[in-house]
Amino acid sequence: MRIGVPREQHPGERLVAATPKTVAKLRDLGYEVLVEREAGAAATFTDDAYAAAGAQVVERADVMACDVVTGVHLPTDVEAMRSGSTLVATMAPFADPDLAARLAAYGITALALDAVPRISRAQALDVLSTLSNVAGYRAVIEAAEEFGGMFTGQVTAAGKTPPANVFVIGAGVAGLAALGTASSLGAQVRAFDVRPEVGEQIESMGATFVQAEGASQEVSTDGYARELTSEQERLTAQMYAEQTAWANVVVTTALVRGQAPRTITKDMVEAMTPGSVIVDLAASGGGNCELTVPGERVVSDNGVIILGYTDLPSRMPQHTSQLFGTNVVHLLALLTPGKDGELVLDLDDPVQRGMTVATGGDVTWPPPPVAVSAAPAPVATAPVETPEELAAKKAAAVAAAQRRSRRNGVLAVLGAVLAVVALTAAPASFLSHATVFALAVVVGYYVISNVSHSLHTPLMATTNAISGIILVGALLQIGHSSWVVSTLAFVAATVAAVNIFGGFLVAFRMIHMFRKEA
Amino acid sequence: MLTSLAQAVYLVAAILFVLSLAGLSKQETARRGNLYGIAGMVLALLATIALATDLSERPPVVTLLLIAMALALGAGIGIWRARKVEMTQMPEMIAILHSFVGLAAVLVGFNSFLTEEPDALHLVEVFLGVLIGAVTFTGSIVAFLKLSARIKSAPLMLPGRNWLNLGALVASAGLLAWFLADHSLLPLALMTVVALALGWHLVASIGGGDMPVVVSMLNSYSGWAAAAAGFMLSNDLLIVVGALVGSSGAILSFIMCKAMNRSFVSVILGGFGAEGGKVVAAGDQDYGEHREVSAVEVADMLRDASRVVIAPGYGMAVAKAQYPVADLVAKLRGQGVDVKFAVHPVAGRLPGHMNVLLAEAKVPYDIVLEMDEINDDFADTDVVLVIGANDTVNPSALDDPSSPIAGMPVLEVWKAKQVIVFKRSMATGYAGVQNPLFFRENTAMLFGDAKDQVEQIVAPLAAAV
Repeated sequence: MRIGVPREQHPGERLVAATPKTVAKLRDLGYEVLVEREAGAAATFTDDAYAAAGAQVVERADVMACDVVTGVHLPTDVEAMRSGSTLVATMAPFADPDLAARLAAYGITALALDAVPRISRAQALDVLSTLSNVAGYRAVIEAAEEFGGMFTGQVTAAGKTPPANVFVIGAGVAGLAALGTASSLGAQVRAFDVRPEVGEQIESMGATFVQAEGASQEVSTDGYARELTSEQERLTAQMYAEQTAWANVVVTTALVRGQAPRTITKDMVEAMTPGSVIVDLAASGGGNCELTVPGERVVSDNGVIILGYTDLPSRMPQHTSQLFGTNVVHLLALLTPGKDGELVLDLDDPVQRGMTVATGGDVTWPPPPVAVSAAPAPVATAPVETPEELAAKKAAAVAAAQRRSRRNGVLAVLGAVLAVVALTAAPASFLSHATVFALAVVVGYYVISNVSHSLHTPLMATTNAISGIILVGALLQIGHSSWVVSTLAFVAATVAAVNIFGGFLVAFRMIHMFRKEA
Repeated sequence: MLTSLAQAVYLVAAILFVLSLAGLSKQETARRGNLYGIAGMVLALLATIALATDLSERPPVVTLLLIAMALALGAGIGIWRARKVEMTQMPEMIAILHSFVGLAAVLVGFNSFLTEEPDALHLVEVFLGVLIGAVTFTGSIVAFLKLSARIKSAPLMLPGRNWLNLGALVASAGLLAWFLADHSLLPLALMTVVALALGWHLVASIGGGDMPVVVSMLNSYSGWAAAAAGFMLSNDLLIVVGALVGSSGAILSFIMCKAMNRSFVSVILGGFGAEGGKVVAAGDQDYGEHREVSAVEVADMLRDASRVVIAPGYGMAVAKAQYPVADLVAKLRGQGVDVKFAVHPVAGRLPGHMNVLLAEAKVPYDIVLEMDEINDDFADTDVVLVIGANDTVNPSALDDPSSPIAGMPVLEVWKAKQVIVFKRSMATGYAGVQNPLFFRENTAMLFGDAKDQVEQIVAPLAAAV
């Protein structure tokens, strides 16, 4: 089958749905790839690069006539597609109720990249995560540009400056990317999210998790945040007011099903210091901040800069296109089980079903809900023990330990007594040997305990070699007048000598192999 | 006069041996330790040769000639083997060297019986020396055969095997009584046969994966055999060295057992990891599906990673993959990737075996870390490569109390962002336990020969530079 990659037609859109690298991967799946002339120009990918990766560079009409068309956005000329062909793009099916019917009327199978169910398996094709991640990063970069100070604290001969205070609202993919970027620039970052389970993720990215007392939601079942109750809202608003007043930079990312709840009021903006920056990542849904103008940079009366850009991902077209294109490749890999360039849609697969808006002339939107999650599996609670039981258990354990140590003590004393009795009966010469033996065991124990694990093999080779010291015994017997004794001693001396020479040499070889980094 | 001089030299030699082992505690001092050991041995041998010539009942020239021949022969064989042996074969080498000490102890014991006055204490010393020596001898030979794959490494499961061992010990005790009463050669010879059989059976019934413990145990026995020889010959140097070696082996066995969370007794009684024996009850439990990756994808992941940890196991030694692995590490480090090795105490067939293999491939030892040093770092690691390890990275040791390896400390590789497991097939490891790690979402399997696969990963990385 042939895959067509059209040039994006939205004004200002610089992304492209396939890069030379992903073209090669699509071709590995067995597809022929047609790329519209200049499709990647705004993202720094030249037509030559596409051609070098094996794509055919053609005019738009040829691209739209392909079996599969993949774009960043819904093409404006979607009617140019053939009936029975497949469209893969973001198409905001939540926002446009008529969309599915329109696409079905054309006979197109439409797969919405922005409707991928949030399950772990589907993460590899989730373009929303991709775009949010980039947007979160870029939001901080934009803020850094507008902010009249440095993010990291400085101590110089000319005095010191404090680090910037950054407050991130919403710790979804974009929020986490933003707070990670801000903290790696050296800012002091605080972040808030209504879902308590993300607190750990926030902290792991180097930010402080702030919570509004009593306003946290239950663990969500679908991985998305929900809207708040009125009481929760009041408490949260109070917390927002405190945090925004503290912050030099606010990044707000709250989007609930495409809608932006109001998080920052006009009053809060007025309480911020002049020169502070608000980046509203929810501008596409109307904006979290009351003063946001989608797509614009505005400055409030008290000099707070509010960025409502909606094209943040497209401001970094090179990497964003690469990531987006890889999401598309993952989707097509899922849709091409045979890797033979034949697209097979399996509507029993919840991932594929979830993103199918229309197929074969039928409207398949909205899909049945998929209840899956970013939430942890419920933890089985162990039966709770009362303090008395715990105390009793503890006491029993202590008593058992005492009994054990008492028993060991008795055994040790008994052993010592027996040893003393036995040694008293033994001849004096044996006694001195026994002394040497016992002391050598103790010395050996302490010496060997210090040996580093990595040297255990050389240690064994060395002990092998020195246990060949039994050669001493054999050598002393070798001069005996009986030939039997001499022969046995000779054999013993030979094998012991093998041990000594072999053991030392092999230990030497090994020890000399160990080297530290130069 | 000469005897006193010899004793004094022995004392110096004994101290040098202690210093030698002490030197092995750190890489920085290990070379010096090796030299101390050699110096001690040279001193001890010179003193002994002087003493032997002096005490000789034959013309001293004959004795000297015999000694020279024995040493030359032994040195020839020893040096030839030691130069030729490959590091992957080190376990076999160590095992066969143990058997030599055992054999020498048996022969010296017989000689001591033949040449000295039969007082009761001496007879007991001879008897014990020969017993330990004989067990060490055949035990080490079986270990050697198993480690060099000349016989199957699966445990031999004779019915009532524990009773057989016990019976051998009881029979030996009976023979000791006879020996003490009779002072004749026959009971000693009979006991030697029993002890040889006991050593054989003891090690034959222990499986391949428990070999680190067995080899350490035999190391310990060879020490005790030397110490027993010291007692019967009234030679303090032998006693000191025997005690040092004996406690060394005992400590190593203890460390190995602790690393497997098994008691020493249970290892010695054998039978663990029996094929078709006590395979886990939960064997047919559904673990889900595993995911495969290709070498090229792994190369991509490694290129993008900033922290990589490699957990090698016996499989790496079998595939002789240490050289390509070292090459891979050098490439990655050249590109600024932080690479470390995580070595489990029982990885391989010998304590410290992995360290030696990696050292051989010129991996600097300061990036080869022990389990305890690295376990906390897995959470910050991007990619973990598990090469030929299985049971030592099995999460069910911690999660599943019913698992046969429950409680065994393991490398917690699954905490990393991505785990790649190099494996020949989905077969279970030594313990016969399925490994849920393979089915985790962040785990991908790379099937095939570890050496080939690593080479295929290195190729695109090398091309990218």
